[in-house]
Amino acid sequence: MRPRGIGEWLAYGLLYLSIVLVTLPVAAVLFILVSRGYSAISWEFLTAMPRMGMRAGGIFPAIMGTLLLVLGTVAIALPLGVMAAIYLPEYAGRGRLNRLIHLAIVNLAGVPSVVYGLFGLGAFVLFLKIGVSLLAGCLTLALMILPVIITASEEALQAVPQSFREASLALGATRWKTIWNVVLPSALPGILTGAILGVGRAAGETAPILFTAAAFFLPRLPKSIFDQVMALPYHLYIIATQVPNIPQNVQYGTALVLVALVLLVNASAIILRSYIRRRRSW
Amino acid sequence: MEKTACIIDVARLNFYYGKFQALKNISLQLESKKITAFIGPSGCGKSTFLRTLNRMNDLIAGARVEGKVLIDGRDIYAQDMDVVELRRRVGMVFQRPNPFPMSIFDNITYAPRMQGQHKGLDDLVERTLVRAALWDEVRDKLKSSALSLSGGQQQRLCIARALAADPGILLMDEPCSALDPVSTLRIEELMQDLKNEYTIIIVTHNMQQAARVSDYTGFFLSGELIEFGDSNKIFTKPDDKRTEDYITGRFG
Repeated sequence: MRPRGIGEWLAYGLLYLSIVLVTLPVAAVLFILVSRGYSAISWEFLTAMPRMGMRAGGIFPAIMGTLLLVLGTVAIALPLGVMAAIYLPEYAGRGRLNRLIHLAIVNLAGVPSVVYGLFGLGAFVLFLKIGVSLLAGCLTLALMILPVIITASEEALQAVPQSFREASLALGATRWKTIWNVVLPSALPGILTGAILGVGRAAGETAPILFTAAAFFLPRLPKSIFDQVMALPYHLYIIATQVPNIPQNVQYGTALVLVALVLLVNASAIILRSYIRRRRSW
Repeated sequence: MEKTACIIDVARLNFYYGKFQALKNISLQLESKKITAFIGPSGCGKSTFLRTLNRMNDLIAGARVEGKVLIDGRDIYAQDMDVVELRRRVGMVFQRPNPFPMSIFDNITYAPRMQGQHKGLDDLVERTLVRAALWDEVRDKLKSSALSLSGGQQQRLCIARALAADPGILLMDEPCSALDPVSTLRIEELMQDLKNEYTIIIVTHNMQQAARVSDYTGFFLSGELIEFGDSNKIFTKPDDKRTEDYITGRFG
């Protein structure tokens, strides 16, 4: 389609420009990370413990720490968030309390992550006496991504045609069986989208784990969920600002690994989602 | 009217959506193993009435029922009535075919599986699909998606799905309005066939259809049941002027 007239040209040009402006920074970040960081990537870098005050060796515990944090966070937030998302529209009705809860959830999504970090420190680490640990970090991150998961799940559940619910109920299925057998399976792809967004946030945030889970330097894997862990974003912050004389390519390499890890986790969730979508519609 | 078993007895039924009264003082008795049709212009309350019989209106916020609906002598709005049990007894087919996004097999076995039946499903599926005049068309693709069927086939699948729950009564809410004439004819033939075993209540905006398939017909207007009786009589010499105006096409 060829644009016609000056107005069309102008609109076309502006929209095209906006795409360039949106894509350019992403491409630039990736380009800089890859060009400056790739030389640090090696098998040892990915699988070895850090040595010599993090100036040499690998970042294995940080990679595993972030993976464990993300897995734990999703394991807590996904069931909880989906259950809340089911309860709100399907059971709670449209009362004032429901609207209030809804407003609270939406607002929680806007709370700065450092506030979650401080809350986690107060509530989980100190009050519940869990201590600075993997568990406390997962709980804190789970709180942070709950609004995202609830909102996405709710939208996915609402997108399921009412006719499915009616058909199931009219066949003598109970409300819960209807939700479990008909509504949830149809909403699963949308719920996974929420989980994907949540994973991206959980993997990249530093502030929530700063006081709750992250170890400055811990050249081993956590022994239990009550152990501290290293995490990629925090590790990156440390080697970039706290420890002198870290080779530049190690810093960029660590950032590259973090980005790659998030993309990897997201990609697997996206593949799972498309698999479920295919299976639902044959 | 000859004396036969009355399966549904409605007495002074009022129904409200919030402040709006959708049904006004409906009283009637429906006979077992007959087809009863309800006709009337859009918004006259005929679908609302149908949905009071399996309490599907319970799902609507602000809906309220007064009066009595007895099915097999039990008040279905009584405190101790189990809605799930009621809906097993009173099956429903909707305006638009609404098969689940599952295989044909899983659609048919949905209700039995919900009731905890996991044996003899193969037999049940064959029996039910034969009953719904769909078996020959789908016997080789029971595992494929119900959504791959044509609209008419989907609607017969929905009828089969309802039959698999083993209901005594089948409610049909304009079951052919989304179908082409050939599919409509097949559903009408199926209804005649099912009449021997099931009590069928159909809501339709198609008067020819009501005249063709039903033994009894009720005419709704603005939430009132204007006239109810033998279909032959309603469509040839109705008692009420408004019924006559409607069936002769003077309004509606």
